[in-house]
Amino acid sequence: MADRPVPVAEKRLMEVKLGELGTWLGGRDYSPNGIVSMFRRAHTRYYNKYIGVKKGGIGGIAMLLAGYVVISYVWSYDHLKHDRWRKHH
Amino acid sequence: MTMTLFDQFLSPTLFKMPLIAIALVSPWLLHHVVTTRFSSERLLSVKKVSVSALTKHIFQPLGPLGHKWALMFVSLFMFLITLNVLGLLPYTFTPTTQLSLTFSLALPLWLATVLIGFRLDPTRALAHMLPQGTPPLLIPVLIIIETISVMIRPLALAVRLMANLTAGHLLIHLISTGVFLLTSMMPMTAILALALLGLLTLLEIAVAVIQAYVFVLLLSLYLLENV
Repeated sequence: MADRPVPVAEKRLMEVKLGELGTWLGGRDYSPNGIVSMFRRAHTRYYNKYIGVKKGGIGGIAMLLAGYVVISYVWSYDHLKHDRWRKHH
Repeated sequence: MTMTLFDQFLSPTLFKMPLIAIALVSPWLLHHVVTTRFSSERLLSVKKVSVSALTKHIFQPLGPLGHKWALMFVSLFMFLITLNVLGLLPYTFTPTTQLSLTFSLALPLWLATVLIGFRLDPTRALAHMLPQGTPPLLIPVLIIIETISVMIRPLALAVRLMANLTAGHLLIHLISTGVFLLTSMMPMTAILALALLGLLTLLEIAVAVIQAYVFVLLLSLYLLENV
């Protein structure tokens, strides 16, 4: 079955070829509404795949929390690096 | 750079950008409610049951006028409980340890209950200043005391939440530092302190939940007086 030609900017990320990446990034909607909808789409897709299933376990939320911990560590690294072992505090 | 124990409570910034905004948005990541399904999955069912139980419990004494506040109070409760419990994870920042946040939540809501009371029935609202059956000699003193107690409610709400969480986090830091340093010198004491740390963590989870609940419950009581 032949695929209909789709504009590059509207393809999903996994279907964009490497050479088209620049065009794809340039064509996305970066307005505030666009960015919010980007986050919302990503969150909805994550939720529907991992958390919103009939017998969802702890894994879905655990991944989110682990990611949050990692991001918090990265953000507070500047502050934490003074906590290392040293002779005179 | 000198490190103090209180540095963990500084509002985090990344290249001068306040990260507290992102920490405040984090409850939204965990409470996804847009669903078109009739029977929802496990997590959402648990949340629905607990939220409806909480709503019934808090709003049962309030009359129909108070039921307008249901969305406000329940969303406030979910917000606070998520912020508190997320702050117990390692390296995370708890926005409710900042007095700016708790006070900016407490003051408008308390003021709203007072103003609603004065708007709906000024006589009854003023009558709260004087409990029934006081001896006539004590009336002036009691009016002053009751007025002060009403005025201090927003500050008490804000500081209660902030101080409980800050104290808990600080204790965890102190005891964990102690355990860390003791393992090389006195292992048995370190094991005892580690047990203490485990119990303290359980306490902190309880405190996180309870403080959110107390905040909302007290606000509903102030509303009950005035509605």
